[in-house]
Amino acid sequence: MKTRSIASLLLTTALSFAVAGAASAQDKTVKIGALSDQSGLYADLGGPGSTLAAQMAVEDSGLAGKGWKIDIISGDHQNKPDIGTAIARQWFDVDKVDIIVDVPNSGVALAVNNVVKEKNGVYINSGAATSDLTNAQCSPNTVHWTYDTYMLAHTTGQALVKAGGDTWFFLTADYAFGAALERDTTAVVTANGGKVIGGVKHPLNTPDFSSFLLQAQASKAKIIGLANAGGDTTNTIKQASEFGIGKGGQKLAALLLFLTDVKAIGLETAQGLNFTETFYWDMNDQTRAFSKRFAEKMKNNAPPTMVQAGVYAGVRHYLKALEALGGNPHDGIKVVEKMKSMPTDDDLFGKGEIQPNGRTIHNAYLFEVKKPSESKGPWDFYKLVGTVPGDQAFTPLSESKCALLKK
Amino acid sequence: MQALYAQLLVGLINGSFYALLSLGLAVIFGMLNIINFAHGALYMMGAFCAYFLLNLGGINYWWALLLAPIIVGIFGMILERTMLQWLAGLDHLYGLLLTFGIALIVQGVFQNYFGSSGLPYAIPDQLKGGMNLGFMFLPVYRGWVVVFSLVVCLATWFLIEKTRLGAYLRAATENPTLVRAFGINVPRMITLTYGLGVGLAALAGVLSAPINQVRPLMGADLIIVVFAVVVIGGMGSIMGSIITGFALGVIEGLTKYFYPEASNTVVFVLMVLVLLVKPTGLTGRAA
Repeated sequence: MKTRSIASLLLTTALSFAVAGAASAQDKTVKIGALSDQSGLYADLGGPGSTLAAQMAVEDSGLAGKGWKIDIISGDHQNKPDIGTAIARQWFDVDKVDIIVDVPNSGVALAVNNVVKEKNGVYINSGAATSDLTNAQCSPNTVHWTYDTYMLAHTTGQALVKAGGDTWFFLTADYAFGAALERDTTAVVTANGGKVIGGVKHPLNTPDFSSFLLQAQASKAKIIGLANAGGDTTNTIKQASEFGIGKGGQKLAALLLFLTDVKAIGLETAQGLNFTETFYWDMNDQTRAFSKRFAEKMKNNAPPTMVQAGVYAGVRHYLKALEALGGNPHDGIKVVEKMKSMPTDDDLFGKGEIQPNGRTIHNAYLFEVKKPSESKGPWDFYKLVGTVPGDQAFTPLSESKCALLKK
Repeated sequence: MQALYAQLLVGLINGSFYALLSLGLAVIFGMLNIINFAHGALYMMGAFCAYFLLNLGGINYWWALLLAPIIVGIFGMILERTMLQWLAGLDHLYGLLLTFGIALIVQGVFQNYFGSSGLPYAIPDQLKGGMNLGFMFLPVYRGWVVVFSLVVCLATWFLIEKTRLGAYLRAATENPTLVRAFGINVPRMITLTYGLGVGLAALAGVLSAPINQVRPLMGADLIIVVFAVVVIGGMGSIMGSIITGFALGVIEGLTKYFYPEASNTVVFVLMVLVLLVKPTGLTGRAA
């Protein structure tokens, strides 16, 4: 009698495990965490717009109609790595988040990268620039979507050196992003026969750049490279025009410039600037259609920036991978492997792929800011100057230092 | 050497903003005993006010210099009447907490409506361009900022230290009961003084609009530095805050030249040093 009851107990336990296992394979619940700068100097280029982009990706995936339950929560990392990692930990441990998206600010992005790896989640970074995310610090859980410092250096940087800008002075934001962008651009400048003759590192979120601009002016470099972003870049460009830089023969290179930055500077001051993006709302019918839907839901009717577009595309691809897996395995490495095995294709970035190091490859575009007389609407800012195919814009795998490639 | 002169001049320009803002803080602290943490938010409102006047009303920069301080000053007086006046006689801490809360609310509202990257405001046509001084290219607008703020600072100092109105004000803070006995409406004077301090902040906001972006957080980024200036100069000392404002702008400018990474912290290092040696600040009187 006793042996029998023990046997039946074992059997029920085994059965219940089997049932649980089957249930997790068909588990159709997903929780997405949009982690961004919600209130600081990068809030307009990511922030609430990134959360909206993630929501639209979920709606457009049509998974809700197939019985999936997908929730989105958002958080504000305030550009502080400690706050970013604390939120990420809480999301994985308490809120059972499966995937973290966006995360502008390279300092925060690299810190969160470690947490996601430790918790075996999925990380689709769209907002941060540092190319280290898919190089020295690459992770099997991470996909870096929209752009990176290598791409910026090899498009804008290279174009300017080839156009005769062979001496450079850098104005660099003093944190992980600025350092990476300056490093990658310096490599391009020297490889193309140019020379970096000086530079100055400024603290993040500096209101006044006049001292730094004077140093750049005194250096007599042909190109003043701006290795900063967001509010820092807009202030630099505005104040540079005040100090007559540009008219004096020196040229500003905004290595990273977003749609919202151009809006903030105004076309009068920003006209003629060359820079690179991987997405612009007015590229083709698909991007215009999406941007129209997006802008209707955004305050000030702003179309998406490339960061927000990257969040949308990344989440769409992630959900496609989950659907292909037949359910959410809650296993980051497995999901990212599936994502890498499928080619990327969406309305915003077109066809592409995710390389083994986590880098998403798609076209990059060189733009020039329009003159006020050429602009036909409140967000009509860019002229397309050239297209760089993805395999030329991003780090070639042969140069990547990612440990995942050494098998 | 030329570069050094240029940095000194640039420092002086930033110093103008520190001086105007810390002057307003000193006036408010000296007369009302309130540590006005909302000062940065009111400075930001001044800049936004100029932006709206131009874009909604077609009112240019020169009128904005006059109107924005009046409009924001009236907003300040409403704040004083409805909230701050109830704190009279209480510990400084209450005023500090209340004004800090007000600052957060005002900034939050602006950020919600206008985002964080800011709005463009062009330099007025009359002040465009620049001149070559030999050692640097000086934008005309920056030169104007230094001259204009110096005049405003000295006029305010003169008003408070040398005129009869200023004498009443100072007397009213020392002994309100006695001054009231002379038939002077003390609460109204206090309200007007707060309005004056707030107006100075708004004026600095209008001055800064063409140089910086008109951003909801422009004040929040500056206010801590300005407080350090006031503490170094001596809380409530009018001349102290003017001189320290300009001097710290110059010191910060030089730091940007010699060791840029420290430019955000040099003011606080100085504050610590001054407080260690002279806790009342450079020109402050012992309480």
